[in-house]
Amino acid sequence: MSAGANLTWEPPVRPEYEVPLAPAPGAVHSVAAAGAAVPAARAPGTVERLVQFGWLRKGLLLLAIAVLWEAMARWTDNDLLLPGFLQTAKALAEGTLSGELPRYIGVSLWVLLQGYLAGVLGAFLLTLLAMSTRIGRDLLETLTAMFNPLPAIALLPVALLWFGLGKGSLVFVLMHSVMWPLALNTYAGFRSVPDTLRMAGRNYGLGSVRMVTQILVPAALPAILSGLKIGWAFAWRTLIAAELVFGTTSGQGGLGWYIFQSRNELFTDKVFAGLAAVILIGLLFENIVFQQVERLTVRRWGMQR
Amino acid sequence: MNVLPFQVVQNEPLLRARGVTIDYQSDRGIVRATQDVSFDVWRGDRFVLLGPSGCGKSTLLKAAGGFIAPRAGSLQLDGETIFKPGPDRIVVFQEFDQLPPWKTVKENVMFPLLAGGIQGKKIGRKEAEARAMDWLARVGLAPFADAYPHTLSGGMKARVAIARALAMQPEILLMDEPFAALDALTRRRMQEELQALWDDTPFTMLFVTHSIEEALVVGNRILLLSPHPGRVRAEINSHQYGLHSAGSPEFQATASRIHHLLFGDGGAAHDEPALAVQS
Repeated sequence: MSAGANLTWEPPVRPEYEVPLAPAPGAVHSVAAAGAAVPAARAPGTVERLVQFGWLRKGLLLLAIAVLWEAMARWTDNDLLLPGFLQTAKALAEGTLSGELPRYIGVSLWVLLQGYLAGVLGAFLLTLLAMSTRIGRDLLETLTAMFNPLPAIALLPVALLWFGLGKGSLVFVLMHSVMWPLALNTYAGFRSVPDTLRMAGRNYGLGSVRMVTQILVPAALPAILSGLKIGWAFAWRTLIAAELVFGTTSGQGGLGWYIFQSRNELFTDKVFAGLAAVILIGLLFENIVFQQVERLTVRRWGMQR
Repeated sequence: MNVLPFQVVQNEPLLRARGVTIDYQSDRGIVRATQDVSFDVWRGDRFVLLGPSGCGKSTLLKAAGGFIAPRAGSLQLDGETIFKPGPDRIVVFQEFDQLPPWKTVKENVMFPLLAGGIQGKKIGRKEAEARAMDWLARVGLAPFADAYPHTLSGGMKARVAIARALAMQPEILLMDEPFAALDALTRRRMQEELQALWDDTPFTMLFVTHSIEEALVVGNRILLLSPHPGRVRAEINSHQYGLHSAGSPEFQATASRIHHLLFGDGGAAHDEPALAVQS
């Protein structure tokens, strides 16, 4: 483009005008619900509306899988290898009603809770050390780098040597599976707290303890929660595996022991019922407990979508 | 409000900076942020630190806040040397994340009141709440008391931060480019509102900005700083200017005088001295 071209393309001078402002359609006064006032162009049909629900779509998918499973089981016609969906559901219901399954689940959850709390405590101590001293930071980084890739179950033989058969070894491996991911996440969360927020806290004269409880922990909550979630998932898987392999002689067994025992007695439907219980409890915690906590905290605060 | 403490005749400045030299550690070694900066802020002042980026104005403000210790020289508040942050010097930052997202607007204003008390005195939850609501009403945010910060616009967040700071009745309000992240229209509104708040209940303020216009409009006295490292260039009165006089010839004359003092006579061409030297 040459400069001369601009001169020949001078836009025309148009008259100015002012008009009174036309009223906006459906002016919103409550700012909180700004998006709600836009009227839908057309009411969606029933099917269209139902499809919007994720749980409905997933429920249909589950139903299809159950039907397929049942069909395969009938086709195979071998209870020992593949019990059907209905048979498994019956075993699950019977086990639950007789109180057998809830007892095993209770034992598992009780051990899990102890190991989990021990891991959480260890992680917070380690993080505290890392936050306050440089050697603590080095320690945290080195230890998590070393132990994070080590599957907890691989420590079980050593744990059995040290703590003997029983709860002690289980709590030890659970602690191991929770502590490292949680410490890593919490520490990363603390470090990513904005400087402005820290300075504001110091500005108000907060001491170091209140600084941690009132600024650092809530500001790092998204990371801490994700660490707790990862820790829980690791711990649950580790526990079931450990009970399957080594939980057999520890007085009263847990869910993994129930599965193992049922297989020994060739109650394959009970094996499947046990597996279903493992899945259900995992889902319950991951999708309901943690999701509720997130909804009430970090999502409500706009810290996580 | 009650009788203002600074209506009595003052014979001492409130904040006194004497030969302040500040160094900070960067990736490329130790950098000098300010060198031998001295100034006095009196009670009721709207004192502006003005200069281009790299003149150490924010660093000076953080030193006044007690976040950074000067390498040489001293900063004194009411005759006491500043050596740590405290609730008598509340900072309003530029960043929006200065409001804890897990607290509602009201809780945000109450938080420092409960943590630091007012002028050294602890206050109860009820009183803190009443005071928070009073200040939220003054900045026009009473209807949003129970909203969470992430639902607010940038201007509203800035208002919460100002209400939170003023509710503390600090000796001096330290404002670190509080409106720099706002759009031009909102910024102008905030300048007006800040002026209205000051007219209503005068307070002492140290205000950092890189906008000459904002300095003239907001401040009554301006300290000009030159960059690399920050050194005092001039101190100028601007109490005669407000938003209404922004277009006046005197205002324009002072603005260009400041521009001249900061950048030399070449004006905008000297904004980038490195380029000017090369050509």
